[in-house]
Amino acid sequence: MNVAVAKTGNGRAVSDLFASAEGRLPGSPDVIAVRREAFETYERLGLPHRRIEEWKYTDLRALVGEVLPLAAAPDAAALKRAAEAVKAHAIEGARKLVLVDGVFAADLSDTKALTAEVGFRTLREALEKDSGLLKTSSTDAVIALNAAMATDGVVLSIANGAQLSAPIQILHIATAASASSFTRSRVAIGKGARATIVESFVSAGAKAYQVNDAVIVTVGDGADVAHIRLMDDAADAANVSSHFVTVGANVKFNFFNMTTGAAVSRLQGFITLAGEGSELSANGVNLLQKTEHGDTTLVVDHAVPNCVSREIFRAVIDDRAHSVFQGRIIVRPDAQKTDGKMMTRALLLSDEAEADNKPELEIFADDVSCGHGATAGALDDSLLFYLKARGLPEKQAQALLIQAFVGEAIEQIADDVLREHVIGIAERWLERRS
Amino acid sequence: MALLEVKDLKVRVEEREILHGLTLTVNEGEVHAIMGPNGSGKSTLSHVIAGKPGYEVTDGQILFKGEDLLEMSPDERAAKGVFLAFQYPVEIPGVATMTFLRTALNAQRKARGESEYSTPDFLKKVREVSKSLNIPQDMLKRGVNVGFSGGEKKRNEVLQMALFEPSLCILDEMDSGLDIDALRIAADGVNALRSPKRAMVVITHYQRLLNYIVPDVVHVMSKGRVVKSGGKELALELEASGYAQFEDAA
Ligand SMILES: Nc1ncnc2c1ncn2[C@@H]1O[C@H](COP(=O)(O)OP(=O)(O)OP(=O)(O)O)[C@@H](O)[C@H]1O
Ligand SMILES: [Mg+2]
Repeated sequence: MNVAVAKTGNGRAVSDLFASAEGRLPGSPDVIAVRREAFETYERLGLPHRRIEEWKYTDLRALVGEVLPLAAAPDAAALKRAAEAVKAHAIEGARKLVLVDGVFAADLSDTKALTAEVGFRTLREALEKDSGLLKTSSTDAVIALNAAMATDGVVLSIANGAQLSAPIQILHIATAASASSFTRSRVAIGKGARATIVESFVSAGAKAYQVNDAVIVTVGDGADVAHIRLMDDAADAANVSSHFVTVGANVKFNFFNMTTGAAVSRLQGFITLAGEGSELSANGVNLLQKTEHGDTTLVVDHAVPNCVSREIFRAVIDDRAHSVFQGRIIVRPDAQKTDGKMMTRALLLSDEAEADNKPELEIFADDVSCGHGATAGALDDSLLFYLKARGLPEKQAQALLIQAFVGEAIEQIADDVLREHVIGIAERWLERRS
Repeated sequence: MALLEVKDLKVRVEEREILHGLTLTVNEGEVHAIMGPNGSGKSTLSHVIAGKPGYEVTDGQILFKGEDLLEMSPDERAAKGVFLAFQYPVEIPGVATMTFLRTALNAQRKARGESEYSTPDFLKKVREVSKSLNIPQDMLKRGVNVGFSGGEKKRNEVLQMALFEPSLCILDEMDSGLDIDALRIAADGVNALRSPKRAMVVITHYQRLLNYIVPDVVHVMSKGRVVKSGGKELALELEASGYAQFEDAA
């Protein structure tokens, strides 16, 4: 591909990224105008760096340096490789929606198996009419870049009262090396609906690629939702994903993220509890090795009274890897009776492993119960010895204790099949340990 | 045949010598009791045999079935048939007892080149053994030793011993914290494992345990050495007169 590599902090080179991709970016003239504006915002800001408070621990300029050119639309060979990856990573019984290098792959997806209660369009189709999909309240540069460049995504609308028995699995498959994909999806969940959404990020043999994904979720009153994100991208890839979630009243929202791949990654989740009586359980696991850098940033905004939020985060960090957890709980002035707790623990498997933990409570109401706790430490030698004395070799003894350590977060996934799927990914990470 | 030979063993912990030339030979089929005052080095000996890190062997050797035990990692020792029932079994939250038992048993079998147990065979075996030890099934679903009472932890150690079928069983104060009924059940469990090929080393402070598990040989340990060995009547003698007479000998 004959596209100049975009440089950060250097306006001229960055423009090439957009100019060379523009012909492939879907949308009405209105949409293209929104994209241009978003790109100008991105150009002005450049990639986030350590002097931007929210990105203090994840300096994308230092870690990623440059944004790679847009990946070409997948050809037949790429789709064939993607099909293999879909087979390997599909969740049993799930309805699959597959994006290959940022482009929806109808032939690999189960759109025909979706029931009438699930409205589905691709982002590409949706952008013919609606430029709103590219707008968010965020001023973050990576999100602006996503709005400018998003090539495709899934736009789901789940009807009021729908009780979906099968999970919907959005699979992001990378086949193109040294290229970027930009995706944006929207999931609107109706009142009283019950649904499980899983996102899986994997590589079909691609190397050194970049992923920038955004997901906008709205949850209607009384809904019961599980949202699981499993990022297992290639070891030399970069993945920056942003979630915007707005939760109505009396909702049960169970979010889980697991990071097991990518050289550099960040999931930033912005969850607003906008209706009373809702319960949020937001949990995460970072499993990092080699020189990987994994950042999980969650902002939970209690905008109304009487909601409960619980966050359990576990990081297991080997070799010279670096894990970041930033958890902010905001309690707005009239969000009385808020109950928000956050507990993070890091397990350091090597002397050079690094964990940064930044909990923040911003409380503007006076009748609330909020708190956070954090620990960091190594594996307990006395437990390791007990297991070894019972015949477990060192690595296996460690693996058992690591699984127990992350178990508390993984156990928050209620569904047996999903939980086993997640445990399987964690086990493969353990097998990759040198 | 000698199963375990400890020869003139000297061990340091944090620069301090705890065992000062300890010698002990245990033959197949025998039950040995080790008694001795607090701090005399009984647990230290058992830890060094099991391979716990933090102990520096400065002199002497330990042979197990004629092989140099000190050259082996703890898991290799376990697979070869060394089992230590700990004085203070640890709690392992998040690792279900059943998972732990199966993982450990299969790891040992794999190390010996034996096939892994199938799930039904394994479950059947655990059920049999736990029943005989009066261990309820739901206890096995909990984390290893998590929330177990002192007595339950000790019974869980005996359960593992019965399951793994080691050739050398070292029981470090298995009677501490057990009520009279639990003691009898645990001792019955241990006695059921007595066999001409298997040896036991029973560390205890109390003659009472030795009424249930009758030893062939009794050793008195004091200040890091075996200072006297004799028949089971030695334990009765100690019960009557205490350790004072041996302190000087050491
Ligand atoms: N890790 C350690 N660091 C320092 N000293 C130790 C350590 N472990 C054991 N010791 C010391 O070694 C000596 C022997 O301890 P050990 O636990 O072997 O005695 P014991 O005979 O088992 O006693 P008890 O009957 O109370 O169980 C004690 O003085 C003890 O304080
Ligand atoms: Mg002791």
